[in-house]
Amino acid sequence: MSDAPIVELKGVTRILQEAVPVTLVRDIDLTIHRGEFVSVTGPSGSGKSSLLYLLGLLDLPTHGHVLIDGEDTAGFSLNHLADIRLQKLGFVFQFHFLLPEFTVLHNVTLPMLRLGRLGEKEIHERGMALLADFEIADQASKRPDQLSGGQRQRVAVARALANDPPLVLADEPTGNLDMRNSEIVQGIFARLAAEQGRTVIAVTHDKDFADSAPRNIHLVDGRIDSDVRR
Amino acid sequence: MFWRVSIGIAAAQLAHRRRQTIVSTLGVALGVGFFVATSALMSGSEQDMVQRLVDNAPHITVKDEFRTAAPQPVFTVYPQGAVSLSNTKPREYLRGVKNHGAKVEELSRQTGVIAAAALTGTAIVRYAAKDVSAGITGIDPEKERFLTTIEEDMRQGSLMRLRTASQGIVIGEGMALRLGLGMDDLATVVSPTGLVRRMKVVGLFRTGNLLLDEGQVYMLLKDAQVLLDKPFVANRIRIKIADPDMAEDVAADLESRWGYRTESWQEVNRDFLGLFVVRNIITYSIVGAIMAVAAFGIFNIISTVVMEKRRDIAILMSMGFRGGDIQWVFLVQGVFVGMIGMIMGWMLGLVLLQMLGTVEITVPGLMDKQKLPLERGFFQFGVGGLFALVSAVAAAWIPARKASQVRPVDIIRGAT
Repeated sequence: MSDAPIVELKGVTRILQEAVPVTLVRDIDLTIHRGEFVSVTGPSGSGKSSLLYLLGLLDLPTHGHVLIDGEDTAGFSLNHLADIRLQKLGFVFQFHFLLPEFTVLHNVTLPMLRLGRLGEKEIHERGMALLADFEIADQASKRPDQLSGGQRQRVAVARALANDPPLVLADEPTGNLDMRNSEIVQGIFARLAAEQGRTVIAVTHDKDFADSAPRNIHLVDGRIDSDVRR
Repeated sequence: MFWRVSIGIAAAQLAHRRRQTIVSTLGVALGVGFFVATSALMSGSEQDMVQRLVDNAPHITVKDEFRTAAPQPVFTVYPQGAVSLSNTKPREYLRGVKNHGAKVEELSRQTGVIAAAALTGTAIVRYAAKDVSAGITGIDPEKERFLTTIEEDMRQGSLMRLRTASQGIVIGEGMALRLGLGMDDLATVVSPTGLVRRMKVVGLFRTGNLLLDEGQVYMLLKDAQVLLDKPFVANRIRIKIADPDMAEDVAADLESRWGYRTESWQEVNRDFLGLFVVRNIITYSIVGAIMAVAAFGIFNIISTVVMEKRRDIAILMSMGFRGGDIQWVFLVQGVFVGMIGMIMGWMLGLVLLQMLGTVEITVPGLMDKQKLPLERGFFQFGVGGLFALVSAVAAAWIPARKASQVRPVDIIRGAT
């Protein structure tokens, strides 16, 4: 584990401006280092997903600063934020969110095609290698709706890793899976952190999953209630 | 590479909604196809009409008239004077274009210009106790062939026979029928001054224009001068020039030089030419309406796709696609529909032109069947295609822009 922080939150507050303003997270200070595997737990409505969206630059804080890789993102344009997401972040959601019109392989290669850093052949090879990593290479030419829930979620993880991001964010990745698939996905996340040195931040309400992570952050009412390293 | 990603996504989404895509593409195709066909017909008939106007009559006619009455001498001598005259007797001119021989000669020296003097007047043609009043035109038969299309309309005899026969006339079939005249019959022609001459019918023409067919008599200029008692006089100079479009300028030039009223074919047919403008406006409005409907179709399908694909848009954005990328994806869909519609429309247009090309119509008053005049030019295809592309892109623009403004977190938050 290196000491350089990959994400830092400084006094981050997010208020939804609606008829009655809703505070999603309040005054959060948080530092996460490279290679950490962090689980985020809390009762529903405690702001754990909102925290993840802020960490992933999908949402912007009302107050405070989000630093990715030491870079303060406050005031960045939407396009700049999109570029950071493309290169440094990978998302996995509760629902797989694969594009239904494309094959499994095409779904995985989309972020690489967008980045355009690799040639077509290399993109294809890397896509197949990622699928092989998660033992779904044989499904490459199928469409997402022909896959089981567990397989789809593995495709989603493969897609999140397409551009080799240092930071992987997961929002209830096992929330929609049965026990067996849940364990497989859980194992994958542990491996990403331990073997590949990626930072993994996973929001979950699954106690086993949360406990498998070396660090757990517990949120209550939009504040950090506890931050435990095991 | 990124282009191919956008196009790939766009194509996949359109293919997914195949039926709607086909319907909106057909809408564009119909618009383009009918534009090509109507526009070919419209501009074809316009050209046909103009061609007739240009060919049937001289391009320019110099008349022995003036646009404004000559001012009284007192007004030219005392331009500032407080003079008022009423009931003045206008000066009488000897009618006719002065020195017409020299004018015709001068005009004829220019390349591509054919000019001839003519004398027009009225007379009564009498045969077997029946009278018909007629317009007399004394012409030069050699040149008349180039000035008007009368030679092509000859049914019997020819203009050139005016030269060989003594005191010959060429009349319309309508008049011949009314009087019971036939070829080589001797008709009596009575001038307003009371001169009576017996003249031989040496030609019959039919132009399809009733006024000419029943009321026009051609004879040699020399015979007309004798009949109308105007020796050596010509009251018209009729001119054909190389470029008919220049007629207006040339006419203005001649009028300012000689003072005589000089009419170009455009001036004479101003009302027709105005009509063409109106027709073009009608064509373009109808096609514009078809295209607007097609554009609404495109707008509809792309709006639907954007609404349906909000989740996919959000996921693409979370992956790191920019708002602009998303906008491209949907604009490309509009361009797809527009381009495919355009190509299908061109094919439809070709088929329609082929069909219209076989149609033969009978013009009332004319015996011969006529083909529809069609102009098959690149212009129609180009403009039709441009119409299609512009309306497709415009229709896709609004929903595409909306898609680019989707905030991914709103959708992901709602979905999980």
